[in-house]
Amino acid sequence: MSFPWAKHYQPTHPAMVWLDERLPLPRFVYNSVGAGFPVPRNLNYMWNFGVLAGFCLMVQIVTGVILAMHYAANTDVAFSSTEHIMRDVNWGWMLRYGHANGASAFFVVVYAHIFRGLYFGSYKAPREMIWLLGVVIFLLMMATAFMGYVLPWGQMSFWGAQVITGLFSAIPLLGDALHTWLLGGFAPDNAALNRFFSLHFLLPFVILGVVILHIWALHIPGSSNPTGVEVKSESDTVPFHPYYTAKDGFGLAVFLFFYCGLLFFFPNALGHPDNYITANPLQTPAHIVPEWYFWPFYAILRAFTSDLAIPFTHIVLVPAKLLGVLAMFSSILVWFALPWLDTSPVRSGHYRPTFRKAYWALVVDVVILGYCGGSPAEEPFVMISQLAAAYYFLHFFIILPLISLVETPQPLPFSITESVLGRDEHATLAPAE
Amino acid sequence: MTRLIAALIGAFFTLCVLIAFGTGLVSYITEPPAITVEHAFHKAPNEDFTLQSDGAFGTFDRRQLQRGFQVYKEVCSACHALSFVAFRDLKEIGYNDAEVKAIAAGFKVPVYAPLTGEVKVRDGVPTDHFPPVVYGGTGNPPNLSLITKARHGGAAYVHSLLTGYAEQPAELLKKYPESKTPDGLYYNPYFANLNIAMPPPLVSEGQVSYKDGTKATVDQMATDVAAFLVWTAEPKLEKRHQTGWPVLGFLLFAMVLAYMAYRNVWADKKH
Repeated sequence: MSFPWAKHYQPTHPAMVWLDERLPLPRFVYNSVGAGFPVPRNLNYMWNFGVLAGFCLMVQIVTGVILAMHYAANTDVAFSSTEHIMRDVNWGWMLRYGHANGASAFFVVVYAHIFRGLYFGSYKAPREMIWLLGVVIFLLMMATAFMGYVLPWGQMSFWGAQVITGLFSAIPLLGDALHTWLLGGFAPDNAALNRFFSLHFLLPFVILGVVILHIWALHIPGSSNPTGVEVKSESDTVPFHPYYTAKDGFGLAVFLFFYCGLLFFFPNALGHPDNYITANPLQTPAHIVPEWYFWPFYAILRAFTSDLAIPFTHIVLVPAKLLGVLAMFSSILVWFALPWLDTSPVRSGHYRPTFRKAYWALVVDVVILGYCGGSPAEEPFVMISQLAAAYYFLHFFIILPLISLVETPQPLPFSITESVLGRDEHATLAPAE
Repeated sequence: MTRLIAALIGAFFTLCVLIAFGTGLVSYITEPPAITVEHAFHKAPNEDFTLQSDGAFGTFDRRQLQRGFQVYKEVCSACHALSFVAFRDLKEIGYNDAEVKAIAAGFKVPVYAPLTGEVKVRDGVPTDHFPPVVYGGTGNPPNLSLITKARHGGAAYVHSLLTGYAEQPAELLKKYPESKTPDGLYYNPYFANLNIAMPPPLVSEGQVSYKDGTKATVDQMATDVAAFLVWTAEPKLEKRHQTGWPVLGFLLFAMVLAYMAYRNVWADKKH
């Protein structure tokens, strides 16, 4: 679907006419990201991150495929093959640092994309499906990033794999059997490394598939915008090309500048020193921490330190470990329910004063959770993360639905055009005689 | 209905985590966590330690790397391997082909003979990596190839550790009498658990006679070997910096062009 005023593809060159009649691929591109896709004219820079996320996925796939040509997924040589890439492969250091920091850059971009969606209510009707597919992409990204971190087979790779796969053993009755089956052994070893490599190669292409669905779903209602008011007329929109290709080009240059600054000058700043030590199953690192992009969820996992027990007895209803695992998964899975929890008809946070306060409180809360997740499991970090985790659950499960019931939103502009150009005081609703 | 179920789930998790918080708080107040001896006496590496390879413009001081290599070869290599580095790599720190051949020939490299199953030893050649080190003492000497990337503080940690051996402070023994350094270990406040199995490796001035005439103080030797280990951990550091600046310069130019293109395209559209 598109708006009735969308431009139509009209090939002029005979070769393009010929191609269009047989395989209308240029027409498809024209309607997807070309002049045939009308987009609200008032998108701010927060709308750059979707294109950037797609770019990051491409960077990861290209660098990853080349790295896979030089890497060996075997516990005896995985670590030294990584060092072989760093030392002996032409530009191997650039590929590996580009891939490792590319994962971080991808998560920076995706978190900006998600939090933009949260603020501007991009998950609301009629865009629920875009949001749901986005959450699926995020979950796939987490799985892919986790398995990728295991591949160099350093200390943090091994112990990270040990901790995260250990979560499955918290499942009652089936847990231990499932854990052994998933790993192909009782602890991470060659079998686990091989399947992680296989899946780490596969999942990015699954992500690519879901990204295509995500963009397809986007093209049904069209992009949301900072006012949250739907497109009403042609003057509300501009064609994607050249307007947003130009703006995204600028965004891409800025992104690449920071990404390359990280890659060339601080390539290990976001990593952990322990991962430059070969995996040793007999020596546990002092602090096992995942990569920074998992810290908020890791903090939630570790915040649940008490079993749920019947008071004054020793009967444990739910052990602390299982509670932590359930809470961590729920903290992401709740995003699937978001379109039905936040029922306010107003999309944009610009016009929702109470929601806006809760939103910024959530942002601060997630940053605190992240800080605690990256810190050792000691006081005061555990207690701080417990309070922060409590707010996280309150926010999504209780505060957000309540706000949408009681809040009085501020008046919305009549249209996108009006919000951009200002109100025309001389305009009248009825046409003059 | 959705919101009711969600509220119940949310209340459940919030309650559980607040109970955990309460339990934690009570035990924190009733039994405050004891300050461990490591917390009280561990020192962070000296922050003032600098090398020419530091920072975004960092380069290698090849004379220093050669001195550091000499320290590694004459002192560290008795116990510590350097197996991710090949002899041919030494050309990058300023040795010529003949020198690299001579250095390689000074190491014995084990070779597995597939027909007989024997492991024979032969003189090294430039394509060999530094050989494994057979060590029979206490402790577990780490491979040094990546050590400056594998420890918080990097080169500063190596320098601080090498120069940081000391008598155990009297205050420590008074407060933590059970933490007296065991026999066979050595007190070093820069080591994670304060007691390291490595005896002080650099003990006297002139322990290594530098070929370039630099005075071999303990501090100088520790600095040089730390610089050398930065190179072994990240031999492409110079190339990375040299590549990075033109890339950033180009991207800055691209950013300006892209911004002007953006302004140009949008010139007639208020937004």
